[in-house]
Amino acid sequence: MAAAEPLNTGIGESVTRVEDSRFLRGLGNYVDDIVLPSQSYAVMVRSPHARATINGIDTAAALASDGVLAVLTADDFSAFGGLPCGWQVHSKNGDPMTEPKHPILAEGAVRHVGDPVAVVVAESKAQARRAAGLVDVNYSEGDAVVDLQLAASDGAELVHSDTPSNVCFDWELGDAAATDAAIAAAAHVTRLELVNNRLVPNAMEPRAAIGDYNSANGEHTLYTTSQNPHVIRLLMGAFVLSLPEHKLRVVAPDVGGGFGSKIFHYAEEAIVTVASKLIGRPVKWTADRSESFISDAHGRDHVTTVELALDGDGMFLGLRSTTLANMGAYLSTFAPSVPTYLHGTLLAGTYTTPAIYTNVKGVFTNTVAVDAYRGAGRPEASYLLERVVDLAAIETGIDPVELRRRNFIQPAAFPYDTPVALTYDIGNYQATLDMALENTDAAGFDGRKAASAARGKLRGRGIACYIEACGIAPSNIAGALGARAGLYEAATVRVNPTGSVAVLTGSHSHGQGHETTFAQVVSDTLGIPIENVDIVHGDTGKIPFGMGTYGSRSIAVGGAALSNALDKIVLKGRQIAAHLMEASADDVVFKDGQFSVEGTDKSVGFGDVALTAYVPHNFPLETLEPGLEETAFYDPKNFTYPSGAYVCEVEVDKDTGVIDIVEFHASDDFGNIINPMIVEGQVHGGVAQGVGQALMEGAVYDDNGQLLTGSYMDYCMPRADDLPNVTVSNHVTACTHNPLGVKGCGEAGAIGSPPAVVNAVINALSDYGVKHIDMPVTAHKVWSIMNANGN
Amino acid sequence: MSVNVSITVNGKPVSAEVDDETLLVTFLRDHLRLTGTHVGCDTSQCGACTIHLNGDAVKSCTMLVAQADGCEVATIEGVSDGETLHPMQQAFKDNHGLQCGFCTPGMIMSALDIVKQNASPSEGQVRDALEGNLCRCTGYTNIVRSILAGAKEMEAS
Ligand code: FES
Ligand code: FES
Repeated sequence: MAAAEPLNTGIGESVTRVEDSRFLRGLGNYVDDIVLPSQSYAVMVRSPHARATINGIDTAAALASDGVLAVLTADDFSAFGGLPCGWQVHSKNGDPMTEPKHPILAEGAVRHVGDPVAVVVAESKAQARRAAGLVDVNYSEGDAVVDLQLAASDGAELVHSDTPSNVCFDWELGDAAATDAAIAAAAHVTRLELVNNRLVPNAMEPRAAIGDYNSANGEHTLYTTSQNPHVIRLLMGAFVLSLPEHKLRVVAPDVGGGFGSKIFHYAEEAIVTVASKLIGRPVKWTADRSESFISDAHGRDHVTTVELALDGDGMFLGLRSTTLANMGAYLSTFAPSVPTYLHGTLLAGTYTTPAIYTNVKGVFTNTVAVDAYRGAGRPEASYLLERVVDLAAIETGIDPVELRRRNFIQPAAFPYDTPVALTYDIGNYQATLDMALENTDAAGFDGRKAASAARGKLRGRGIACYIEACGIAPSNIAGALGARAGLYEAATVRVNPTGSVAVLTGSHSHGQGHETTFAQVVSDTLGIPIENVDIVHGDTGKIPFGMGTYGSRSIAVGGAALSNALDKIVLKGRQIAAHLMEASADDVVFKDGQFSVEGTDKSVGFGDVALTAYVPHNFPLETLEPGLEETAFYDPKNFTYPSGAYVCEVEVDKDTGVIDIVEFHASDDFGNIINPMIVEGQVHGGVAQGVGQALMEGAVYDDNGQLLTGSYMDYCMPRADDLPNVTVSNHVTACTHNPLGVKGCGEAGAIGSPPAVVNAVINALSDYGVKHIDMPVTAHKVWSIMNANGN
Repeated sequence: MSVNVSITVNGKPVSAEVDDETLLVTFLRDHLRLTGTHVGCDTSQCGACTIHLNGDAVKSCTMLVAQADGCEVATIEGVSDGETLHPMQQAFKDNHGLQCGFCTPGMIMSALDIVKQNASPSEGQVRDALEGNLCRCTGYTNIVRSILAGAKEMEAS
């Protein structure tokens, strides 16, 4: 048989995205686009106070308002559980974290601005909104607990009156005594206090949910903007509403970005599900943007002190950090894992620091819940580490590149056990740093600085080397650390009789391009064009099971499950082909879509094998079942460890303090890459969010717990002219323990860029003796510093 | 109170009686089921709802449908020729100018307006002109690249 034309749709090709055709024509199907017959509309009544007692709720006027079908309060949800937390952390004394109830609707008290108190369901959204204004809630306002340090201190007012303090957990990791000793013995100790600013994730699509109860079969369907529909089904079904899984279908269709904020199970999902059964009609809720600001989980929000001990040669001896991490008013789904196991375990970074100790207190405040946001814990770790290393470089007079180089874990040292519980399987930190330096003309910096100075600008250059841990795993270890869920992924490959393929994956795509990337893996393995592959995701009614998409786990865990399922298909295909060619299966090889008998010209195409499996007239029925469909569940042996080096150059305007990023280069090691174009896009997006955090974003509460940055008018979202052209390069060390050798790329940009940008700004301001500026490093802060020093 | 409106949407005349408070975006999405025009905010900041009104890009969340009475409205659904993408849409696909796709219809409508004002804009001009459109996924690098490529393609064709 003649060699087939190359498909150019396999692994490593920058295939343009399959999903784009519908998005570009406005034919996406997002939750708010769905209109079910006789759909009604829910509007939430939310607390305007950060902390208050509810004395009573008068719903009479709202109920009498035009078009109103129901007004629900906590009483209507008394038969149900509260929203569960999916990760339990223990304090250093062994006590489990404090887990106050998180009711679906506020019970007797509200704890943050935006806490839902009641819900109005009406014929139209306008009617529901009008009626929501008529719900009369009688509040007695209390003093809000907002400041992290005050909230954590003894005698602070309690966010939850039934807890002993606002400290949810007091967690530690590492060897305290060894770290103390290292610091005591050090030639130099660099100490830094810093804030990791609170962020609002702000996926462009606001959250939405539709509850649809079918009284004929007792089945609930929930359409929701979720990154992990099966997890929502499990959490809401089993823990909140006590619905058996087969009576609850969760659909997350096209979802307009998530970045973590759509991982979690939110009250509105339970509300529309219950409301639909109560009124016997579908109930839709769609958040306004201002509502998103006070009801989507926020990210970051740490206050940290960090000390880095060095010997006379600049070798790191010990690292100690103490962090207060804001939990907000309630524990969101994965909140406790973020500042603990996703943060403390990354404090070795890319370095050989022998002694590390971290202590983290999770603290309740009267603010919106804080949970995972792009990077989740790892950006916080990377930021404190790469800032303190840069400061150490300034204080010791060692060049920041050289200081990092001296302390890198060397390629020959892998697998490498860190003192904070991880084993890095592979990496080459020097290689990505070299690449980044080369691509940004390190040698030419002095010339560029002089040229900038001639134009009245201060030029600065910053580097940051990050490592992250993706695809949390394995399940048994994660369970021992407090995860209340498994962390595997599932994939079913269903070959249709005529040879096209449907992949049912538990991963969820909300911008990552799985419909293309996953299809490339199929194309590569089965030798069929991607047009013949359908990637099905986001519907518990169609997919066996899945844990969803977060923590850059899709390709490393979901892709691995897919790869294993494909192997099973090929294995069975070889047996069928062997029968067709009257050969032994051991002699049959599969390549470029053809099964052939080695050393002969006998071959049979994949399509013929597929057809034979479903029309088994000439088939080994004694030994094989008909059909060609295989499922794999993949539980990784370890995390994957993407790493990289980012270089940023800024120009600071001397007169205004305005910071312009004039160069940004990301050099990453993501292991093997399936689609370079898509990976590059993921890095761009991550860097944009990291630059946003570094220079402009920040959620600000006043002392009364009012969110001052509660809309796009005052929360500064990066726009096209705020951001640089990001350039990228890749060095590959293939992951050693998954079948594709992949690591994950979704969060890297958000992890590596904040310290790179801040280091660059501090470098630009070196003449002013500035050692640190907390993010967001706004023009106003920079201007104030330049002027305060009498310049 | 209700009002009668007559609008041409993507070349087709539409008449309807609607509540006078109805926003143009609501009319397009809920009454005409043209759901490509998205709502990303309530402060006219994000541009997800951008459409063309008598040929100019405007935010359809900021005007009442009554204000569009007698006007020509173009939405994302009218940009391609069936399944054949407009050169600007194709440029977004070729340059990976979208990820989740939520901001994309607004971006395309703005992009077409940018090129209408200036057939061969510079990168800086594109960045400035995109001030009214937020994207949280792409970091804009590829959106800017797409618009520059789309402009070239449109000029050539
Ligand atoms: S929805 Fe119109 S600008 Fe945001
Ligand atoms: S592509 Fe998702 S917001 Fe722009």
